[in-house]
Amino acid sequence: MITTEIKEALIHLVGTENYDDSKVSKLVYSYDATPQYQSMPAAVVAPRNKEEVAEIVKLCNTHYIPIIPRGSGTNLCAGTCPTEGGIVLLFKHFNSILEIDEENLTVTVEPGVITLDMIKAVEAKGLFYPPDPSSMKISTIGGNINENSGGLRGLKYGVTRDYVLALEVVLPSGEIIHTGGKLAKDVAGYDLTRLFVGAEGTLGIVTQATLKLVPMPAFKMTMLALYHDLESAANSVSKIIANKIIPTTLEFLDQATLKVVEEYAQIGLPTDVSAVLLIEQDGPMEVVQEDMKKLASICQQEQAVSVNVAESEEEADSLRTARRSALSAMARLKPTTILEDATVPRSEIAKMVVSINEIADKYEVNICTFGHAGDGNLHPTCLTDARDEEEIKRVEKAFEDIFIRAVELGGTITGEHGVGMMKAPYLHLKLGDAGINAMQAIKQSLDPNNIMNPAKIFAKDTRKRVVVTK
Amino acid sequence: MTTSKEQETIQQQFKERMDEDELMNCMRCGFCLPACPTYVESGYKEEHSPRGRLALMKAVIDGDIELDKDVENSLDMCLGCRACEPVCPAGVNYGHLLEEARDTIHQNKKHSLLVQTTRKSAFYGLFPHQNRMRSLTGFLSFYQRSGLQKAFHKTKLNHLLPENLSSIEKVLPKVPTRKEMKDRPSYVPAVSTAKKRVAFFHGCLMDTMFRQTNDATIQLLKLAGCEIVIPQDQACCGALHAHSGEKDGAKELAKRNIIAFEKLKADYIITNAGGCGAFLIDYDHLLKDDSEWADRAKQFTECIKDISSILVELDFHKRSLHLQEQIITYQDSCHLLNVMKTSNEPRILLKAIDNVEYREMEKADSCCGSAGIYNIVETEMSMKILDSKMVNVKETQAVTIVTANPGCLLQMKLGIEREGLSDSIRAVHIVDLLLEATNSK
Repeated sequence: MITTEIKEALIHLVGTENYDDSKVSKLVYSYDATPQYQSMPAAVVAPRNKEEVAEIVKLCNTHYIPIIPRGSGTNLCAGTCPTEGGIVLLFKHFNSILEIDEENLTVTVEPGVITLDMIKAVEAKGLFYPPDPSSMKISTIGGNINENSGGLRGLKYGVTRDYVLALEVVLPSGEIIHTGGKLAKDVAGYDLTRLFVGAEGTLGIVTQATLKLVPMPAFKMTMLALYHDLESAANSVSKIIANKIIPTTLEFLDQATLKVVEEYAQIGLPTDVSAVLLIEQDGPMEVVQEDMKKLASICQQEQAVSVNVAESEEEADSLRTARRSALSAMARLKPTTILEDATVPRSEIAKMVVSINEIADKYEVNICTFGHAGDGNLHPTCLTDARDEEEIKRVEKAFEDIFIRAVELGGTITGEHGVGMMKAPYLHLKLGDAGINAMQAIKQSLDPNNIMNPAKIFAKDTRKRVVVTK
Repeated sequence: MTTSKEQETIQQQFKERMDEDELMNCMRCGFCLPACPTYVESGYKEEHSPRGRLALMKAVIDGDIELDKDVENSLDMCLGCRACEPVCPAGVNYGHLLEEARDTIHQNKKHSLLVQTTRKSAFYGLFPHQNRMRSLTGFLSFYQRSGLQKAFHKTKLNHLLPENLSSIEKVLPKVPTRKEMKDRPSYVPAVSTAKKRVAFFHGCLMDTMFRQTNDATIQLLKLAGCEIVIPQDQACCGALHAHSGEKDGAKELAKRNIIAFEKLKADYIITNAGGCGAFLIDYDHLLKDDSEWADRAKQFTECIKDISSILVELDFHKRSLHLQEQIITYQDSCHLLNVMKTSNEPRILLKAIDNVEYREMEKADSCCGSAGIYNIVETEMSMKILDSKMVNVKETQAVTIVTANPGCLLQMKLGIEREGLSDSIRAVHIVDLLLEATNSK
C-alpha cells in the first residue's frame, strides 16, 4: 500500500530516523492494551512538528492511506490497533509542556506528554489537574484527549472533556485549525473542542492542547466501608449524594472481586462481605473532617458492618490496597482479562451489579465487578483464556447482554474506554440508527476519504463481537 | 543471514522452550513502560520496552516474525534489571522469559572463533575456578602496584582502549595481591552466644577484586551476633552464565552450590551482592524440571538473605554508628530490589548513622546501566542511562553514593569519573560504609 515513492516522500518529510518499516517495528506497533487485537501497520512515522503532521496527512489523503495516531498504546477499545493497515503516527517528539499559566490557570501541552509528568509539573506550582486514568503513569495527554479518559475522581471533578479549553488540530485535509481558547466563556459557533475530545482520532490529529487547572485541594481523607449485602452499599451511595456530599472518590468492589483480592493480597478482608466502598474526600480541612463524619454515619445507618476512617496517610494507603490490587489480583488468575466499562446512572448501580451476576451465571463465565460507584461507571471484568474459543463465544454473548442491560437502565455501552473496534458493533444499542447516521455525517464531511483511524467507532459489518482474532 | 531451515529450527525451539502461558499472561496494558530504563532512554521506542519484547517473543513462537537481527537487538538491549516485574499487574515473570529466549538464541548461534574461545575461557575456564580468579586478580594487583599501570597511563597507551573500558580500568578498586587472597577460615565463631548461624556466599568477583568488602561483611556479621560458616567448595553463582545464554553452565554451578551449602544447617545463606543473591534465590526456577534437584533447590533458595536484611533483623541499626558529617544517598541494586525485594533495609541502616543526612535520590530504584557486562557490550545505551543517573545523583548533593552490588559500585565510580567529580564524590559498598561507621568515633 505504501509505494517506494510514498515511502521516499515520507522519509524526505520526517528524516530516515523517524520512518520505520522494519518487521520488528511494525510488530510492536500492531497492538494496544486490548486483548486479542493485533494487526500490522505498513509503517511507523514520528513527525517532529505540526507542519510535518499536516504534510503527512495531505500525502495520506491523496493516496487513501489510513493514519492511526498513537500515544503509549494503553487504550482498551482497540482504538490504536491499525486494523486497516496504514501509518501509525507517533508523538514522541511532541513531548513538551509549553506553558503553565498561573493567571489564567491553564497548562498548554503537546500531545505526547505523559499524563503524570504533566500532573507533577502543575502540582509543583500548587495547581491540580484532576483526571486520573489508571494508566496515567504512562498514558499521554493526546491519548487522554482522543479517548476522553475518565478516572477515579470523575464523580466530583469530571473527566478529560471538562478540562480541555483549546485544541490545535490538523484536519484530514491538512489544514490546521485552533478551537476554543483560555476562555471560561466562548460561544463563537459550534463547540468543536468538545467534538474532537473523545473522537478517537477519527476526525483529525490533535497537535497541541490547552487544559484547565484548579487550585490544589488542601486536605484529603480516606475511609473504607464493608457491607454484608450489595443493596446496603448501593443505598449508601444514593444517600451520600442525596445528602449533598460529593466525595472525590467513591469506589466499589463486589464480592467476586473481593474474594480474588483477598486471595492475592491477603489484607484481612472478611470473606463473608459482599461489597466494599472506598470513599475519599478532599478540600479545606474543616469541611473534609465534617464530611467524613457524615459519610461514616450514613454508611453505619445503612448497615455497614465496618467503617474505617484512616488517621494517617499510611493508614489511608492500606485502605486503598483492596481497590488498587483489584486489577492485579484478577489479571493473575487467567491468561486473558477483558475489562469493560458499562455505565449506568448511579441510582441504578445495584440493579446493574445484580444483572451482571445473573448474566455471568447464565453464560457460565467468570465476571468480577468493581468500579466507580459514584459516577455509575462499572468495570465488569471477565477472566478467561483467549485460546478457548468456545468460552470466548460465551464471553461475547455475556458482554452483549451486559451492554443491552446497561442501556435499558438508561446507561451506556462505554463510560471511559471508548468505542474503537471493540464496541463498534454495539454502538447502535446506545444511539439507534439515526444517532449513528448523524455521527457518520460529521465523519463524512470532515474525512471524506476515511483515512483517519478507519474502522473505529463505526462497525464495518453487523457481526457482533467482543473479541476478534488477528 | 540465516537460512529458512535455520529459522524453522529456532522457531521450533522457541515453541518448545518458551513458557507460552507465561507469555499469554502479558495483557499488554503498558504499565511496565515507564519503569523500563531502555524504553525511556531510547526515546520511547516500543521495541525497547518489556511489552514490546514479550510481543516479539510471542510473535517468534507464532511464526508472525522471523528471529532477525532486529529482534535480537531488541532482546540484547534489555538490561535484565527486571524493574518491569514489580509493576506488572499480571505478574509476568519477565526475567525467566528473557533468559530462556537468550539461551535459545545462543544455542543456535554461530559465534566467530574468537568469541567462542573468549566465551569458553571466561564461562568455563575462569569464573567456576576460584583459584584462577585469584590468579587473574593477582595479575591485576601486580599491574596496579608494580608501576605498570602508571607507565600505561603515562605513555597514554590506555587511550587505545575504547573510552569506557579505559575509564573502567581507572576506577577498578585497588585489588588484593595473590598472597592476601589466601584461604579464609571456614568457620568464624560468634563474639558471644550466637544469635544466628549463617553461611556466607562469598562470590567470585567479590572474593577477589572486592575482597575487602567480603572481609568487612564477615566482620559485620560477627559484630551482629552471628557464627559464620564459609564453605570452601562453593562456586560462582552462575548469573553471568545464565544472563549470557549459558544456562547449562549455570545449572552445574547451582548444583555445586547446593551441595556445598545444604549440609551446613545454617539459618541463612548471606550474600552481599544483589546480582548474585537474585540468581541464587532463583535456583528453584533454574532446576525446576530436574526432579532430583528441584526440592533441594527450593530449600536452598528459602535460606538466601542479603546482608542488609540480616543486619536489620539483628538490630544492627540500633548500635552506635558514626561518620563525619556528610550527605549520603543510595542507589538500589536492581536485582536486590526487584528480585530479592530488599529495599527498606539498606535505607534503615544508612539512616541510623549519626551525623549523616540521608537524601533519597530521584529514581534510585531505576537501573544505573551496569547490568553485568552490559556496560561493555551495549556501551552507548549504558552511558545514556548512567548520564541520566548522574543528574539525579548531583541533585542530592551527596558526597557518598552507597551501593549494594559490585557492578553498581563500579558503574557509579565510572559515573563519578565521567563527571570529573572524583575529588568530591565517592562510591562505596554499603558494607564498607557500615564498618567505617562502626569503627569511627
